[in-house]
This record gives sequence, structure tokens and C-alpha cells, in this order.
Amino acid sequence: MQNFWNHPRYRQYFYQIIFFVSILAIVSYLYQNVTQNLQRQNIASGFGFLGQESGFFIAESMIEFWSEDSYLKAIYVGILNTLKVSVVGNIMALFLGVFLAMGFRSQNFIIKKISSFYINLFRNIPLLLQLFFWYGLFTEVLPDIQEALNPLPGVFISQRGFFIPIFESHFIWKYVIISFFISCILTYKFNRIWFLLLSPLVWLMGGAPLSVSIPTLEGFNFSGGLSLTPEFTALMTGLVLYTAAFIAEIVRAGIDSVEKGQWEAAESLGLNKNQTMKLVIFPQALRVILPPVTSQFLNLTKNSSLAVGIGYSDFVSIMNTVMNQTGQAIESVMIIMMVYLIFSLLTSFIINFYNYRLEKREGR
Amino acid sequence: MKKSLALAKWVKSNFLKNPRQTFLSIILICFISFFLEKLLFWLFLDSVWLGDAAACRASSGACLSFIREKFDFIIFGLYPRDLLWRPTIAMILFISLLFYSRKTERWNGLLGFMWLFTIPACVLSMYGAPTDKWGGLPLTLILSSVGIFFSYPLGILLALGRRSNLPLIRVFCICYIELIRGVPLISVLFMASILFPLFLPEGVIIPKLLRAQVAIILFAAAYMAEVVRGGLAAIPKGQFEAASSLGLNYFQTMRYVILPQALKLVIAPTVNTAIGMFKDTSLVAIIALFDLSLTTKTALKDPKWLGFSVEAYLFASLIYFIFCYSMGRYSLGLEKKFSEKIA
Repeated sequence: MQNFWNHPRYRQYFYQIIFFVSILAIVSYLYQNVTQNLQRQNIASGFGFLGQESGFFIAESMIEFWSEDSYLKAIYVGILNTLKVSVVGNIMALFLGVFLAMGFRSQNFIIKKISSFYINLFRNIPLLLQLFFWYGLFTEVLPDIQEALNPLPGVFISQRGFFIPIFESHFIWKYVIISFFISCILTYKFNRIWFLLLSPLVWLMGGAPLSVSIPTLEGFNFSGGLSLTPEFTALMTGLVLYTAAFIAEIVRAGIDSVEKGQWEAAESLGLNKNQTMKLVIFPQALRVILPPVTSQFLNLTKNSSLAVGIGYSDFVSIMNTVMNQTGQAIESVMIIMMVYLIFSLLTSFIINFYNYRLEKREGR
Repeated sequence: MKKSLALAKWVKSNFLKNPRQTFLSIILICFISFFLEKLLFWLFLDSVWLGDAAACRASSGACLSFIREKFDFIIFGLYPRDLLWRPTIAMILFISLLFYSRKTERWNGLLGFMWLFTIPACVLSMYGAPTDKWGGLPLTLILSSVGIFFSYPLGILLALGRRSNLPLIRVFCICYIELIRGVPLISVLFMASILFPLFLPEGVIIPKLLRAQVAIILFAAAYMAEVVRGGLAAIPKGQFEAASSLGLNYFQTMRYVILPQALKLVIAPTVNTAIGMFKDTSLVAIIALFDLSLTTKTALKDPKWLGFSVEAYLFASLIYFIFCYSMGRYSLGLEKKFSEKIA
């Protein structure tokens, strides 16, 4: 007859109950402290403050934002800014990373050394310091706005930001961009290059707008064109250069992980180097590359929160302002964590779905 | 004769393989020499080593006298000037310990004890001034080394919890690890600097440095846990069965059979996580703790020395680079060594 205490199942229950009770005790103790402290400081808890007038100014916004707008809208502006940085940054970092990885495998000794020098240099310096560096470079070393550099016609570089020509806004551009993405997917899916003609077709249907707005110096600032603030440019430069170094290392290791026999087999089939890479090596390397690259994408998204260090109005720096103004620290930190968790979960969901498709196709 | 022939062969296969490569090599060499020349003039020939800010502005080269002038501040932050020997001793102690423990042959109980005593000794030797005066490189080193020191065992516990067969503990560990890994370190640091005081009973005040340190430990533990989990997953099932057939209980199995193997498997990724943490401590600058990156930024605010941010940040980057790069090379060496041993 087994003793009650020596029965493994009861013992497991016992341990878990102890664990649960101690966690519960800690949480309730902290909760009690928090409510007391909040009462003493006269801070009302809850998310009611989100509807109040924000009263601050956001330097950079994709939608119109006035200081009379609510905190909720300010947070929305911040999320949009973070999304802008992370989407553009991830795409650029991926391209630069793959490019560097190719450089690492180049036959040319110098290119190989430059790539490895780049990877080692950028991986080993904290991102925040790199951001400080780029921000310092863009706001101090570049000339004053009156003497902006003009490397290409229409492009101006100054302390106040980068100014580049852009097509005059026209409703059709939105659809051209959307149709471009659709055509890319269709091209990939059906392997027919002429799907790429879709977006020029949409552009033609919209009346083929061609007018370009060129930045011109008027008084103390440029008007017209697309202006990129030094904060945004510094953040983007830092994030892309830093993440690309990690992606390059991952891609390189992924390509190395494909067996040598695959190269030889492809060569004996008469494929040239580019074909071998595209048709044989890369699809196999992709399986190894995808999970760590996903986590790099997520890292870039999370690292974009360092924008608060150089004053770009991303989600975290807006939340920081909200926190300082309202004193609603608990709610604000909870919002920050929730939003980033949703970002992470969404990204991993999409990539897992893609991975699943990849595996299914291989299993065919 | 033979050597020069080998050199010629090496040059030929690496630079002059075919006309295209030759062309590329020549262009690249031109570019690189152009940049190296610029760098040489900027850093050495045109640079100002001894002059004041006006001399720096007049010259087209780097302003190294800025670094010379601000060296103490960048390295030691706000620490009282007459007590600088304290952080110096802490740094020397720590770096010599790191240097001593680089050889795997020296990894034994004695070294463990040395770590156990040296890190508190470093912290203690800093205690000549209140913690809000700590800063610069010693602060960065303390935050990262104490962070690693505590997050490693915590990470092991979390990893074991994640693989435990007690559902409540497993769910708790999974939630913790995934939550922390899903959010940026900044948000955890905000939590430490703003929220943490709210969780304490009235009258209890914990210095900001300690709060940030706790945040770094809690954050790094989740990443360490994932590294350790990788090692645990690589241990074949037979090891567990063998241990239980010997009559070992859970604690004994883990302590004597599983963990020694699992931790050895993941030494290199552990060092890489530690390097990541070392870099990440720079984020405490955002909650206004004067680590190396914030002292550099603050040194630039001196109205007498405005406008030398390139020199200052390159200097700070160099310090970080030396630490991270050497640890990275070390981790590569360890990886090679252990994979040879296992193979």
C-alpha cells in the first residue's frame, strides 16, 4: 500500500498547489501595494484617460494630428510610425543582408573581406550608440539648410533632413502600389512575368499622371517633394545597417548548410552558378534561414523602440510622453507590451503559415 | 622562391581569376585606398591632439583633444574625481578575472569561487559614492556581468520549468518566457524605472540602478532560458531513462546527468547571449542611468565643445567593439573546441 505522500501524482498536485499559492500571494501583495500607492498619489486607474485631449504636438505623422486630438489617436499615430519604420526597414535590411551574404561568398578576396568586415563591425556595436552616431552625423556634420548639399538634381541634403522629389499626389498612386504587390504575388505564384504589367496598366488607366513635385528652398525651409527628417533617416539607417549584418550572417550560414553534393549535382546537370543558386541551393537554404530571419525581423521591430533615444515619434516615445503627462504608468506599460506582443504574434503567425506552405509543397 | 610562387598563386586565384574579377579588384583597390587616405588624413595627419575647441574647429581633421579632455567623464561618468581609483580597481579586477578565466582548463570549482567573490568585490569597491553617481564603463560592466551572473541560473530554472511535467509550472514558464521575448527591453526598463516603485510598500525606496539591474536580469533570463532549452532538447531520451533506472530522483537526474551535458552543448550560444546583453545594457541610457553611451552623449553637451559627436561616438563604439568582438571570437573558438570534443 502506497503512502499518500509518496504517491507521485499527489505529490505533483502538492507542488503545483504550493507554487500557485505562492504566486497568488506575491501578486495579491503587489496588488495591494499598488492600490494603496495609487490612492495616496490620487491617480485613477483605468483606461478612461485615452479619450482625453492629448495637448501635445507630434513632429512626424502619417495622418493629420492636432493637439486637440485624443491620446488614443496619438497612440494610433505612434503605431503607424512604428509600422512604417519596421516594414520599410525590414525590407531594406533583408535585401542588404542577402546582398552582403552573397558578397561573403564572392570569388573576389576583397569583396569577401569587405563583407566580413562590415558584418563584424556592425554586429559588435550597440544599436543605440549607432543611432546616436547617425543622428549626430546627420544633424551636426551636414550643412545648414541654406547651403544644402545638392548631389543630384532635385535632391537636397541638410541638417534639417533629406529632401527628394516625389510624384505629385494623385489618387491612382495608391492603387498602383497595391496592384504592384498583387502582381508580384501573381508572378511568383503562376511564374508568368507578364503579370508585372498589371501596375503600369492601372497607372495608364488612371490617366498616367507624371507631374513631379521638386523640393525648392523657400525662406527657411524646403517646400514640395518628400522630406525625410533626420530622426527618421538616422533611425532607418541604424536599424537597417545593424539588422542587415545579422541577416547576412544567418543567410551565409544557411547557404553553407546545404551539402556540397547539391552544388556538384547541379553542376553535373549543366546548371550555371546563378541557376544553381536560384533553383537548387536557395530553396533548400530557405528552410534553415527562415526561422532565425523571422526573429531578426521581430528584433528590428522591437529595436525600433530605441527611437525614443533620438526623438523620432515612434509608438514607445509617444507612450513615454503620454506616461509623463497623465501619470498612468501601469496602463501605458500594459499598452506598450500588448501592442508589441500583437506585433510579434502576427509576424510569427504569418511566417509560420508560410513555413507550413513551404513544407507542404516539399512533401508533395 | 617557393614562397613567392605561392604568393603569386594566391594573388592570382583571389584577385585575378578572370578579366571580370581583375577589373573588379582594381576598382575596389582604388576605392579602398581613396577611403584609407581620407581616413589617414582625418584621424592622424590633420587631427588635433593637444589644441582647444577653436583649434579643432579650424582643422579639417578629427578632434582627438576632445576625447583627451572628456576621457574621465566618458569612462567614469559622474563619479567623484578624487575617488576615481575605486572604479579603476573594480574594472581592473573584473577584466583580469575575465582574462584569467578564458582558458577552459581553468574552469573548476576554484574559478567559480573566484567569480563568486570578485563580482561582489567589484560592486563593493564602487560603493565609495552613492549609486546615482556611478557611471561610464564600470557601470556598463557591472550591469552586464551581474546581469549574466543572476540571469543564467534563473534561465536554467525557467528552461527546466518549461520542460517540466507539472502543467501549472510549465504554463507559467511558457507565458513568462514568451511575454518577455515578445516585448522590447525598453518597455521592461520603463517598468523598472516608473512602475516598480508603485509595487513597493510605502517608505521602501530602491535605487534606480538596482531596479534597472533587476529588469535586465528578468529580461535576460527569458533569453537564457531559450538557449538552455535548446541544450536540454538535444539530450537523448535514453539519458533520462538511464538516470531513472539508476533510481535518481528529478533533482539528482538534472544535477548530475542532464544539465552538465546540456549546458556544455550550448556554451557558445550562451556567450552570444551574454554579448547581446552587454550591448543591450546601453539601453539604460534611456532611463537616464549614466552608462558608457549616455556619458558619451552627455560629454557632447558641454557648450565649450559642441559639435564633435563623430569623434565621441567612434571612441565609445571602439570600446564596445573591443569587448564584443573579442568575446565573439572567443565564443567561436569555444564552439570549435567543444564540437571537436563531441565529434
